[in-house]
Parts: sequence; structure tokens; C-alpha cells
Amino acid sequence: MWAILSILVENKPGILFKVTHLFRSRNFNIDSISVGVTENPEFSKMTITTYGDEKQVEQIVKQLDKMIDTVKVEHLDEHKTVYRELSLFKIKLSNANDSMEINKLANAYGGKVHDVKRDSIMVELTATPDQIQAFEELAKPFGIIDVARTGVAALQRSGA
Amino acid sequence: MNKMENMKGAKALMMAMEKEGVKQVFGLPGGANLPMYDEFARCNIRHILVRHEQSAAHMADGFGRVSRKAGVCFATSGPGATNILTGIATAQADSAPMIAVTGQVPVAMIGRDAFQESDIIGMANPVVKYAFQPRTAAEIPEVVKKGFFIAETGRPGPVLIDIPKDVQTNEAEMVFPEEFKIQGYHPWADPDIVNVEKAIDMLLHSEKPIILAGGGTIISSAFAELQAIAEALMLPVVTTFKGKGAFPENHPLSLGPIGMHGHAEANKMMAEADCVLAIGTRFSDRSVGTFEAFEKRLKIIHMDVDPAEIGKNQTAQIAVVGDVRASLRIMVKLLLQRAIKKTEETPWIKHVKETKAYWKENLKLHPGELGAAKILRKLRELLPKESIVTTEVGQHQMWASLFYDVIQPGTFFSSTGLGTMGWGFPAAIGAKVAKPDVPVVDIAGDGSFSMTENSLATAVLEDIPVIVFILNNSSLGMVAQWQRTFYDRRMNGVDQGHCPDYVKLAESYGAQGIRAQSMDELDKAIKTALSSDIATVIDIPIDPEEDVLPFVAPGTSLSDMILPS
Repeated sequence: MWAILSILVENKPGILFKVTHLFRSRNFNIDSISVGVTENPEFSKMTITTYGDEKQVEQIVKQLDKMIDTVKVEHLDEHKTVYRELSLFKIKLSNANDSMEINKLANAYGGKVHDVKRDSIMVELTATPDQIQAFEELAKPFGIIDVARTGVAALQRSGA
Repeated sequence: MNKMENMKGAKALMMAMEKEGVKQVFGLPGGANLPMYDEFARCNIRHILVRHEQSAAHMADGFGRVSRKAGVCFATSGPGATNILTGIATAQADSAPMIAVTGQVPVAMIGRDAFQESDIIGMANPVVKYAFQPRTAAEIPEVVKKGFFIAETGRPGPVLIDIPKDVQTNEAEMVFPEEFKIQGYHPWADPDIVNVEKAIDMLLHSEKPIILAGGGTIISSAFAELQAIAEALMLPVVTTFKGKGAFPENHPLSLGPIGMHGHAEANKMMAEADCVLAIGTRFSDRSVGTFEAFEKRLKIIHMDVDPAEIGKNQTAQIAVVGDVRASLRIMVKLLLQRAIKKTEETPWIKHVKETKAYWKENLKLHPGELGAAKILRKLRELLPKESIVTTEVGQHQMWASLFYDVIQPGTFFSSTGLGTMGWGFPAAIGAKVAKPDVPVVDIAGDGSFSMTENSLATAVLEDIPVIVFILNNSSLGMVAQWQRTFYDRRMNGVDQGHCPDYVKLAESYGAQGIRAQSMDELDKAIKTALSSDIATVIDIPIDPEEDVLPFVAPGTSLSDMILPS
């Protein structure tokens, strides 16, 4: 299963290394990771997505919780959580119609178009990883020159 | 105390350690920890000099396991710090409380590949419970206070404090706090009484229940509670190797250690049991064999102080998180309240006792005069029951598991998690420092002892008389056994020859060396060592072909024991 973990950590140097190392040493993989300070500068929040069966995810949550620098570890319910990833796609423009088609595609996914050049166009898309994947599939025939994706950022909905 | 005092970081370190009750540290000086060493002359902490930093960590480890207070070791930066890593990792693998203090290059030099610089924080992170690197002198008192708290509470472990040289020499207004906050550290959980109640019911409704006591039972000194529960519910007790001696091994309900080199009767009964009360154990592969086979046929009740252990290696039907002594106390109380005390022998217990008697009688032993079983039973016979035994790692260790019965709980220690050769002798020195009034014996093999034999210098010069008991087969015996068993006798890299002569070696350090070549000589040697006030090495030549049996081959289950033919 795909799991979203929200980890509140002390905002100190070296914590990111410790958390990512924990995944490696316990034989788990990180699917995506994003880190930023919270409203309280003493703490940072990491959002890590990973794959594993129920037992594996439970174990990685326990191991993260055991770390002294982690203040709170939550396994978020995907259905009760808003989660988004930012992606940038540089797409090839081969003919006159491509630009219009890509604009339509970007609009359909709520994306924004940047940096339109004669032979390429950049699309910014903030969406769930699935939606970004779907966009990528549709953009592929045009020719994807480059992609940059952030990790997922997630917050549980109020009252969830 | 919140009194402000102006002083150097190094002095604050010593004062903070004194406040934690530190009476001695084990270490070796070097360029980057000299300001700290300079303070030893001006404080009430004894410095015990080692000949290699790995031994300093093992000594601190041995001290910590016996006293339950963090042992302290010191090393300089760079190679000093990397040398101490094996000792730190060993303590982590066996949950031993330890403080390792390393020197570091000055703050401004960090990251510039300075002379004797190593990123010890980065290297040690996977093998410490926590690591500190104070960047200002004023941080030192709180770091020390937090360090000891983290090392000694919950599931104990090693804490590294890496102090840059200028942080040691800089002066600051020092505050020695009595209170502090660590946001993400919750070492205690109250055991869930409902789950303890459920555990009792599960044990009562099982036909073949058994107790598996692990190292956590020893760490939390839950000996009386364990015995009370075993007797009230009439449960046979097996241990992991790390839990060896959590339960008196001369008790009628004791079956001894299970596992790769467990007692035949312990493995047999564990393999037949239908429900296990597992206390303070991580279900190591060396203890239970293949994980899948083990949990498939058993109902598991798991008690552990570390929530992350629940479900890590084995799935438990009932889990009780919390200090295992506290959990067992609740169980004892509930058993009393419910007036549960079995008096009639169940068919299971009758079978357990018959199996135990059979294997005590029928396990084939080495026929020679100096077979391992005879040697270790002689040691047991002559050692007072309160004596502390450590072991090295190898065949002798497993023979100690099989043939040296621990009568007084909590008097047997070994490197079980990391399996560190060279651990036993320095650990014995640390143990002797913690308990100077009882005999301390390191059961050793020649291979392991060779790795830290230079600690003889420490034992002699610092007047710490321990006994090293070498079962000398002139080889790396356990590796040799595996090569005989699994590699068609292709014996590569295992023959140590008769080198060195351990009697002469001991004498050259100013210790006592005795060679025992018969049971009579062994008897005399042990008695001589016990009545001596200097470190003694007893060298006992044994048959290099003697195997440790029974043996559960790696990747198989406890019911697949290789027995002596």
C-alpha cells in the first residue's frame, strides 16, 4: 500500500539525515519526501510517502516514533487528507498546434503555463501524484524534455 | 542547582559527570581530548587507561550492564573515535547504558579534513541511542544531564558526546540544570492492565504454555516476578541467550537457552509449545530460527519496553508495552487477586520434566578429559554463585550457554547482539570495577582473547584482578566448525597455531598465567585464581575438532536440531 507519513521533528541540523538513514537501515524505501519549517520555528514537518504492507508501515511508524528528535509521527489516512505535489514539466513543441494542445491539457489539470519558447513550453502542476502521473502520460507523446517533482506535502482535513 | 559558575567546558564536563555519580571512566588520551584529560587531575573521577579505545567502550559496557548505570569511555578524535565505534555498536545491539565522550577538532576546523578529524556523529548515528555535539561550552552541563538520562532510561543504550577542542577550552557561565525537556523522548509507558489480564487467560487456556525470557528481563531485574509467575502458573522457562540466567538454571522449571546453540530440551519444548509469554526479547533469528515457522504455530504474548519491538520480528496476539518488571508485577498482583496458583502437575509439565531429564542423561559429550562440558561444569562447581561471568564470542561462548548454569540471576553477560569478539575480557574488567567484591571470570576462546588481550596491561596496572578462562583450540573454533559442517572441511584462515603462549603472555604483562592440561590441574588453577589478587589467565588446551552441539543450522527452525552422533 501507498502510505503518507507526517513527521514533526525538531528543527535542528542533521535530522533529515537521521530520518532518511532510518529508512535505509530498516530496509524501507522513500517514495517521496518534502520538508519545511512549521509555524513554530522550533519544528520542521516532513512528509514522506512510502510503499509497504500494513505491518511494514506500522513498523516504520514505530521506528520513527522511537527517534528522539521526532516529536510526532502520523500515518495519514489518504481519504481524509489533502495532499499535493508540485511538478514542473518542460515539453517539446514540434508544430504550431502543440502549444494550444498543451495549454488545453494544462488547463484540464489545473496547471499553469510558463516560459513559452518557440520549441518548448513549461507547465507547472500542483496535484496529487496520481494526477501528475496521468498528466505525464498524456504529455509524453509531445516529448518531455525534463521533469522536476517535489515530494508530497500533506495535511489532514479538520475533523477527520 | 541553578548556580551560575564561570568555567571551561572541560571542567564543566567533569563536574556534570560527578553530579551523575560517575566515579571512573575508561579511556585513552590524544590531541583532541587533552583539555578534558587535563581536568582528571582536578576532579574525583578515576581514569582507567586502556591500550585500545575499543576496549574502553567494552569496559564501560561491562560496567553498565552490571551496575545498570551508564559506563563512561573516553577517546580522542579521528582514529580514537572510530576505534571506539565497535564498542558503541556492541552496547547498542545489547541495550547497554553507556556514555562515550570523544574529542573533536575545533569548531572552525570541522569539515575541512583537519588532522585526526572524523565525522563521528555521522558514523555513529546508526549505532547510538543519541549523539550530541555541543558547539558552545555553555551547552555541556545540559548535554551531559540529557545524555545520562537517555542512556539509562527506557530501553538503555549508548549516547555519544563529541566535544570540539575549543568547546573544551572555552569559558562560559555554566548552569547545571536539574530539569530539562526532551520533546520527542518518552521512555516510559504504563503497561495496559487489560492486556496483562488477557495474557493470563491465554496462558491458562493453553495446553502447552511456555515462558521465553529475553535480555530485557535481566535489564529490568525482573527476576523475582518471573519466578513467581513461572511457579504460580507452572510454566517451563526457556531464555534467549541474552536472557540466560534471567531464571535460575538449577530450578526444576528451567530449560535454559533456546536457539542456534540452545539446550536440546529447551529447543524441543519451545518447538512443541502452543503459547509463549515472551518477555523483553526481539525474537532474534539466532534464538527462534526462521521467523515465519516460529510465529505460524504459536500464540505469542509479547512484553517489551520498546513499542517498536512489537510486531518487528514476530506478530503478537497480545502485546504489553512498558518496563517488563512493571508488567510482570501487574501479572503477579492479578494472579494473587484471582488466587491462581497451580499445584497439580499438568501433563505438559510432566512431559517437560521427562524431556529435560532425558537430555541431561543422554546428550553425548566429548569423550576427552578436557571436553568443554567437563571444563565448564568444573568452573561452575568452584565459582561462588554470585560470581559474574562474561564471555567472548565463539565456540566457548556457546559451550558456556550449554554447560555453565547461572544460579544467581543477572550474573552472566555476553555480546549476543553484535557478537563482538574481544568483548568479554574488557567487559569483565568493567564488571569487576562495578562489583569489586565478587569474582569475575571471562570465559574466552583463544581467537577472541587475542583481539583485546592487551587489556591485561589495564588489569595489572589498574589493579583489577579478573580471571580469563581460555578454552584454547588454537583456532577460530566456531568458523572452523562451520567450515567442517557446511564447507566440506575446507579449513581456510582458522588455524592460529599455538601462538602466542598465553601463560608467558600473561606473565609478560605482570599477570599470572597457569596452564591446565588435566582436570586436576584445572581444579587447582581455578582455586589459585580465585584466591589471587592479580589478574590470572588460565590456558586450557582442548581438542580443536570438538564441535558445539546441538546446533540449529541458520535458516532452519528449532525442531531441526543437529545432535551429536
